[in-house]
Amino acid sequence: MTNKTYQLESLACPTCVAKISNMLKKTKGITYSEVLFNSSRAKVTFDEEVISSQDIIDKIEKFGYKVLSEK
Amino acid sequence: MKNKLRAFFAKFWLTKGQTVFVSGIFVLISFILLKTIGYLVATIVFMMLTSAIAGIPIFKNAIIAIRYKIVGIDALVTIAVIGAIIIGEYWEAAAVTFLFMLGDYLESRTIEKTRSSIRSLINLAPDKTRVKRDGVEIEIAPEDAAVGDHVIVKPGEKISVDGVIIEGAAYINQSAITGESIPVGKGIGQKVFSGTIIESGYLIIEAEKIGEDTTFSRILQMVEEAQDKKAKTQKFLEKFSRFYTPSIILITIIIYIIVRDIRLALTLLVISCPGALVISAPISIVAGIGNGAKNGVLFKGGDIMERLGAVRVIAFDKTGTLTEGQPKVTKIQAFGIDENELLKITAVGEAYSEHPLAKAIINKANEMNLDISQKPENTQTITGHGLTFDLNSVSYFVGNTTLMKENGIDISDTEPLFTAQQEQGQTAIWVGANGKVLGIISIADTIRKDAKTLIANLRKIGIRKSIMLTGDNAKVAKAIASETGLDEYHSQLLPQEKVEKLSALQKKYGKAAMVGDGVNDAPALATADLGIAVGGVGSDIAMETADVILMSAEIGKLSYAIRLSRATSRNIKQNIVFALAVTAALLIGVIWGKVFLSVGMLVHEASVLLVIINAARLLYYGKRVKKKKKIA
Repeated sequence: MTNKTYQLESLACPTCVAKISNMLKKTKGITYSEVLFNSSRAKVTFDEEVISSQDIIDKIEKFGYKVLSEK
Repeated sequence: MKNKLRAFFAKFWLTKGQTVFVSGIFVLISFILLKTIGYLVATIVFMMLTSAIAGIPIFKNAIIAIRYKIVGIDALVTIAVIGAIIIGEYWEAAAVTFLFMLGDYLESRTIEKTRSSIRSLINLAPDKTRVKRDGVEIEIAPEDAAVGDHVIVKPGEKISVDGVIIEGAAYINQSAITGESIPVGKGIGQKVFSGTIIESGYLIIEAEKIGEDTTFSRILQMVEEAQDKKAKTQKFLEKFSRFYTPSIILITIIIYIIVRDIRLALTLLVISCPGALVISAPISIVAGIGNGAKNGVLFKGGDIMERLGAVRVIAFDKTGTLTEGQPKVTKIQAFGIDENELLKITAVGEAYSEHPLAKAIINKANEMNLDISQKPENTQTITGHGLTFDLNSVSYFVGNTTLMKENGIDISDTEPLFTAQQEQGQTAIWVGANGKVLGIISIADTIRKDAKTLIANLRKIGIRKSIMLTGDNAKVAKAIASETGLDEYHSQLLPQEKVEKLSALQKKYGKAAMVGDGVNDAPALATADLGIAVGGVGSDIAMETADVILMSAEIGKLSYAIRLSRATSRNIKQNIVFALAVTAALLIGVIWGKVFLSVGMLVHEASVLLVIINAARLLYYGKRVKKKKKIA
């Protein structure tokens, strides 16, 4: 299991949080995810054999939110 | 990074700002055309163009969300816009899409502002370190420094590690950590913290903590986490909004079936998103926590602010909380000898004593710049009574009453003065020689300067009881309680008894907060409804255990912390009431037939903006109050 925190562009509405968080929850390979509104971060725990960190970034960006950095 | 960004921009065709700008121009042209040439083909073309430019991003978002089975506001707006176009309301479609994009854009900008005080804290993080390795000065990134490195800091530069000064002295601005903007003088042997700035002077620091272990980094992490810890109200609102949107959609369908008015139904859809309601709590909290962090008060979450605002009784630890935690000479009474001479003689004698009170006397002598380098002779410690020594062929006695009596010192004239000191909670010490009393030195753990004002302020803001829980004896406790104006005190308590006493207070008066320095009161801090730590800088346990941390030793900030908490809770409530009122007004307006799509959207977006702006007021909370205090 890998833990990563992604810094997203500033999230402006709590519904964005709900959207991203639902998307992550329904993504295969992700076992835990939490999207933080004020700090605009996504904390994700995932199985690297199923999904790569880059895949997650691509998914979030395709969803319309820039990923500024990962940690 | 840049390439990635460019690729990203290429994928989308306009940025948010550009979309708003372009669609704004088009909507303006549409409006002018509508008012001049009227509803002609050209007018409709511009209206459709507006809807397309502003609408495509909304539409795109809606589709992505629906793929994950989420019906967000994008979907509702999309339905409304398509509906409006179908029924030929081109102006409405254009206005709604433009207003939605504009609102979205302005909201993210204002939210960014509201979050700015936390962001600015992050920007204070040091970005370089100058270390001396093998005799050579090199510049490295702060995270590349190692424990034990000798870090060199010059005026105007930021200290990048936590450590001890091994060379030099400087005035240091610690505002990043304590919120205090008045620089503090520090010299060899004293601790300095990462994130603080040297205003004048030059330091070489031996690094003790680096990178993420520094106090500053930990503060950042705490604030970062705190801003997203949800308040009770917020959790409730999120639950509420989950059923709110679907139920409005349901109502919309029912109303449509009954009245067969598509315009009304579409408008209901647009106003059904509880935008202002769900944003009300988190945005107030981020502003409140940001204000606190800027002023050296850390709240570990929105729930903590709600709780602190509701606290009714506050229990204080004594040593290190109400007092400074270091015994100091408070009074010197000299009889037939110069005060400084008395202090000098005593300090010379005490120089070899291990007693904690001796340290207070020596510190005082150093403070007065007295030369105490002379060596006493025949120094003898009489355990429990004091000490004797010879200096310049005179035998001196420093200690308690028994010591004086045994050595033939006549204390009959001065004894009332001595007992008076004791009554005041001071530890009094005799100094005598040649059968006469030379002086009485009073030593006490000094009460913090702002403790008395704090207790008075707490009373003013409606705290029912301020109580001291201490392990010290009743005399000292009583003296401090009456000096500071505390309502109650409980003395001679063991740490375990402090916990029990606290639970009893909670039962009797309601929500209780415990204030301590985290040294020996960690269990009590944990038991209280709310643990508040004073002087959090450098105390890891305090920072871990407490819910609220006053970074500096200024205990007076507690009343500010409570007021800020209350202001934040109040702000959330204002926002909720406002959001609900707007929604109710809109609903009435729609059903009445007075509000249509564009007006509905305008009011909806405006209400979200107003909620954010109201929350942003919290950033400036306290500035006005401070000024008032100065006048008084």
